[in-house]
Amino acid sequence: MVTVVSYTARTRRTLQAILLIAAAALGVLAYALVDLGRSGALPENLLQIGIIAAVIVVVLQAVVMWRAPYADPAILPIVVLLNGIGLAVIHSYDTAMNLFTSAQIEYASRQLLWTILGAILAAAVLVLLRDHRVLRRYTWISAACGALLLLLPLAPIIGQENLGSRIWISIAGYSFQPAELAKIFFALFFAGYLVSRRDTLALAGPKVLGIHFPRWSDFGPILVAWALGIAILVFETDLGTSLLFFGLFVAMLYVATDRLSWLVIGAVMFLPPAIVAVTQVSHVRRRLTCWLDPLSPENYGPCEQIAKGLFGMASGGLIGTGLGEGRPNVVPFGHSDFIFTSLAEELGLVGAFAVLLLYLLLVQRALRAAVGISDGFGTLLAGGLGFVIALQVFVVVGGVTRVIPLTGLTLPFLASGGSSLVCNWIIAALLVRMSDAARRPAARRLGAAPAAPASGSASGPSDAPSPAREVTA
Amino acid sequence: MSELTILVLRFGFVIGLWLFVVAVLLILRSDLFGTTVVSRGSKPDPRREQRPSADPSQAANLRTEPAAVLTQLVVTAGPLRGTNLTLGATPVLIGRAPECTLVLDDDYASNRHARVFAADGTWMVEDLGSTNGTLLSNRRIEGAVPFKPGAQVRIGRTEIELRRGPR
Repeated sequence: MVTVVSYTARTRRTLQAILLIAAAALGVLAYALVDLGRSGALPENLLQIGIIAAVIVVVLQAVVMWRAPYADPAILPIVVLLNGIGLAVIHSYDTAMNLFTSAQIEYASRQLLWTILGAILAAAVLVLLRDHRVLRRYTWISAACGALLLLLPLAPIIGQENLGSRIWISIAGYSFQPAELAKIFFALFFAGYLVSRRDTLALAGPKVLGIHFPRWSDFGPILVAWALGIAILVFETDLGTSLLFFGLFVAMLYVATDRLSWLVIGAVMFLPPAIVAVTQVSHVRRRLTCWLDPLSPENYGPCEQIAKGLFGMASGGLIGTGLGEGRPNVVPFGHSDFIFTSLAEELGLVGAFAVLLLYLLLVQRALRAAVGISDGFGTLLAGGLGFVIALQVFVVVGGVTRVIPLTGLTLPFLASGGSSLVCNWIIAALLVRMSDAARRPAARRLGAAPAAPASGSASGPSDAPSPAREVTA
Repeated sequence: MSELTILVLRFGFVIGLWLFVVAVLLILRSDLFGTTVVSRGSKPDPRREQRPSADPSQAANLRTEPAAVLTQLVVTAGPLRGTNLTLGATPVLIGRAPECTLVLDDDYASNRHARVFAADGTWMVEDLGSTNGTLLSNRRIEGAVPFKPGAQVRIGRTEIELRRGPR
């Protein structure tokens, strides 16, 4: 004899406050340790940084208590901690550059400004967006915005080509990667589109090798997404962005239809362009060589970045050189694309694993919100946003550690770069909003409830929460 | 600052990082919500008190009739054995269709098989034109008949009993 009991989530706001303070304190400590290691003195702007961190913590906590009282207590503290660690590692890269080379750079102070802007925007999203379901109204507007943002870098005056990829726009001296913002718009569009089309897309067609494949007439949407990915690859020559959008669509299609065959189809469709790119495009072929064999004498020159990243992580070893003691300046782009090797060098395997665990927990919280939320749109959006973070971490960390060929994506919240940081803060705010909807007790939403439907059969996550909270079975 | 202080701070940072991760894990562990299956014998969980229906005003909404006694439908045989369902003011539809109040996973049941409802203070069971029929105390019923506490209704392989008890 067993009993099925429903629990409602506790609000856990005090614990969130404690975690936020701990996260901010760890971030400030890391920043101070960088200067202590590099020059033996505390940073001059330590007080300023401490005040900024405190203000961000207070504002975020207040906004969550005001507008999302049932939100997940872990999401924002993890984001604050990752952001703080990222700032410290970028600061370490700056100080190493200034100390060991003739360059004079200040990436960390710019990153700090973007952090403030990101936190403000996240708070604004939480205040202005009371219910994530409102976003479903803007399904097709999101599609238009996303497509426009993706096309912007190709525009004649504002578009800008950097290191072979045309994914930047530059307005009045500020450069921005519109693909980062397009990511959010496309996640909104895919969620809104798939939630209304999912029943058709889940229909079974021919069965091959034990897997039900969809009907041929339902291949339209995935072909369009595939064509979009190819277009990004061809015109902006950016493998990472193209992979991200196609991967996002396939993952959300899988969540929407619960059909494994879509994942198989997505993987198979990814192969021909990948093979063409490897055989025809020289810089993609070079990346493949650098993945397989970066350390041989003939490859060392072109694969310098990966090789130096590996040396950096190796010199970090198990416990790392210590913050401010490493030489992240040796690796090109040690503050952005290769920030993970800088981090692994200074914090070692112990610190790198802690950071990877933080990502894992963040993604898990996103998926938990997706499971707990009662509307299909929210499930798809939270699942899609969680998947975007996971895919970026996998592609970047996998790339620098030679698990997969290196592809240019940014490590969320860590890597230097304003557009990425700000957009990820917005994603975090959306996840907080949806976790609030997922955890809010049903009674408050429904008010006086009708009589209890009790069903002995397994009920899916989309079922309306039953008002009588107990069914013995 | 001395080397030793910096070293201590460094270790403190890494330990703090891991403590943070462990703290988040512990919070998540104690932060489960949703539905869970617990054994009857286990001791009561304090979290159960937080059920919205534990709120008396809401409970009154849900269970309007009758006020003093609790009437339950208990499944005594079949795939759903052990399921019980508290009867309220609204009729209870039994069958295989998802819109039924008690959804039977039983090949011998019809989509909309039977209905249990209150009429003038007594409970009635009514066969809704099912293929294999509804048996009350091993006799096939036609239309609505009174459903007495303790009587057994058989639908396919499923047996349902009406039980009355103090709330």
